[in-house]
Amino acid sequence: MTPHPLLEVRDLAVEFPTAEGTVRAVKGIDFTVERGRTLGIVGESGSGKSVTSLAVMGLHRGATVTGSAKLDGTELIGTPDDRLRALRGRKMAMVFQDALTALHPYFTVGDQIAEAYRQHFGGTRKAALARAVDVLGDVGIPEPARRAREHPHQFSGGMRQRAMIALALSCDPDLIIADEPTTALDVTVQAQVLELLMRLQQERGLGIVMITHDLGVIARVADEVLVMYGGSAVEQAPAEKLFTAPRHPYTRGLLDSLPRLDDEDGAELRAIPGSPPSLLAPPAGCAFHPRCPAYAATSDGRCTGDRPPLRTVADGHRSACVLDEVTA
Amino acid sequence: MIGYLLRRLAAMAATLLIVCALTFAVFYLLPSDPAAQFCGKDCSTERIELVRQQLGLADPLIVQFWHYVRGIFAGQTLGTGQYAVQCGFPCFGYSFQSAQPVWALMMDRLPTSISLALGAATLWLLLGVGAGVISALRRGTWIDRTLMIGTIGIAALPVYFTAMILLYLVVTVAGILPYPRYIAFGENPVGWITNLILPWITLALLNAAIYARMTRNSVIETMAEPYVRTARAKGLPERRVVGKHGLRPALTPVATMLGMDLGGLLAGALITESLFSLPGIGKLFADSLNKSDQPVIMGVTLLASFFIVTSNLVVDLVYAWIDPRARLS
Repeated sequence: MTPHPLLEVRDLAVEFPTAEGTVRAVKGIDFTVERGRTLGIVGESGSGKSVTSLAVMGLHRGATVTGSAKLDGTELIGTPDDRLRALRGRKMAMVFQDALTALHPYFTVGDQIAEAYRQHFGGTRKAALARAVDVLGDVGIPEPARRAREHPHQFSGGMRQRAMIALALSCDPDLIIADEPTTALDVTVQAQVLELLMRLQQERGLGIVMITHDLGVIARVADEVLVMYGGSAVEQAPAEKLFTAPRHPYTRGLLDSLPRLDDEDGAELRAIPGSPPSLLAPPAGCAFHPRCPAYAATSDGRCTGDRPPLRTVADGHRSACVLDEVTA
Repeated sequence: MIGYLLRRLAAMAATLLIVCALTFAVFYLLPSDPAAQFCGKDCSTERIELVRQQLGLADPLIVQFWHYVRGIFAGQTLGTGQYAVQCGFPCFGYSFQSAQPVWALMMDRLPTSISLALGAATLWLLLGVGAGVISALRRGTWIDRTLMIGTIGIAALPVYFTAMILLYLVVTVAGILPYPRYIAFGENPVGWITNLILPWITLALLNAAIYARMTRNSVIETMAEPYVRTARAKGLPERRVVGKHGLRPALTPVATMLGMDLGGLLAGALITESLFSLPGIGKLFADSLNKSDQPVIMGVTLLASFFIVTSNLVVDLVYAWIDPRARLS
């Protein structure tokens, strides 16, 4: 084993200027991804989860990114783009949400994969296309040689997402960042794609960052979970602990809102009241306090002071609720 | 694919037939009398009536129309006796005023219009697409703002104004170029260019401005597409991300528009040709309108329809060739 973790992110912050003011999309988050492990990042739209992944890849254009993100010990933040390019696709690859728009409509699937391979390994077009056919086969696409000559719109949703994964795998990366990879798919296909990712992870020792709003996906694949809210991490824990003993009121709200098989017939779905915070004018203190049931019960000013940092509340379990003693 | 092409060609033929019928009907309803025109001044009413009979103008409209359409494919002899004129295939009517078949008149003028259209299109594509791409990639910088303000200014200039200013400055004041007249490319390639350059610029400027703005928007839109981000995520250099993954889809609508514009222009740029007295189809049309030379007006209308319908088909075929999603499986 090398001494470095595969991906080590420290105090990562992303801001971007807009006409109405600076948006602080990510406000200093830390996480680590080890080889062969999966970190799930969960949060609702606007929580900063996708922006985090784009910042790591160096793909968030027009944004100011500060802090540190080290891939196998190599700093990514602030590194010139031409040096990042050698790592992008090669050492870290991304699987995007909607493969229909994320794959280029004009080029065949085989060409798109071959292009990535040739960019990093050179060689002939023919050899790269052969490699493309191989990875398409690896991700379970039947008749890969024929499908490689087809365009993305000729694929079904599930097959297209497999092709997207094949593209990410083509250069044998160490880290895969998957941003809502199954959101556009129906449930059975979703399960197949997640199984595929887990199988590939075991075969190749991939580190995976799984970004999703879907706790079901997290429960299935994640070893560690980072819960984001309003651009900050509010809870971080091993997946098991997060599901059995959530500490932050937001996480609890999320878990409570999942419908369960043992719900009584006709029981209403439970939702977290209110709506996600504005990134332009976030609430003071804990960004979640306006929607927090615990805050409503104990409004003594602790929630509206400084933004609460993550604190260790149990072994390997961190939560950002100042009321933790109260609500535990 | 072959079935598709055949269907499209049949639809084209139907469209042209309808255009033909409509123009035919419009001219029949007009007050001008071809028999009187043919007969000339000081014709007696009886004589005009005789001419009318001999030219077949007294036949029912539907018969006249049938003769016209048949003439396009088989040629026809107009009139009988001493007035009989031979109008060979493809007969688009006969201009009694200039004593020539319409087809010959049009073919005589066509090279001028094609030269004008192709030269101008090349120029406005280079200028417009170039400026649009640069503007989009340098969005928000002073280059972008300068180019976009410039294009608004140029787009606001009427063609006749540009033409007059160019003629005055370049020909009258500076004397660098001759007053434009048409010289065939085969005859003298340099003369072809030096004589056509002012009309080209006149015709190109307005379109260059429109194309620049359209290209800019299209490039900006495309560069924000998820597939462009995927290209970056693959680790491709920016040059390739823009050139291959961004520009190809961004320029597809430009190619479509070019096809339509060219189709319209091949049948003559009426104002530009008139301004520079270039003997093109547009000038022929304008002159024929002034003289009420109906057969020519009709012929040019049909030729223009033919170019537009054809360019429509070509645009669709090119589109399918560029964008696989538009291909028929």
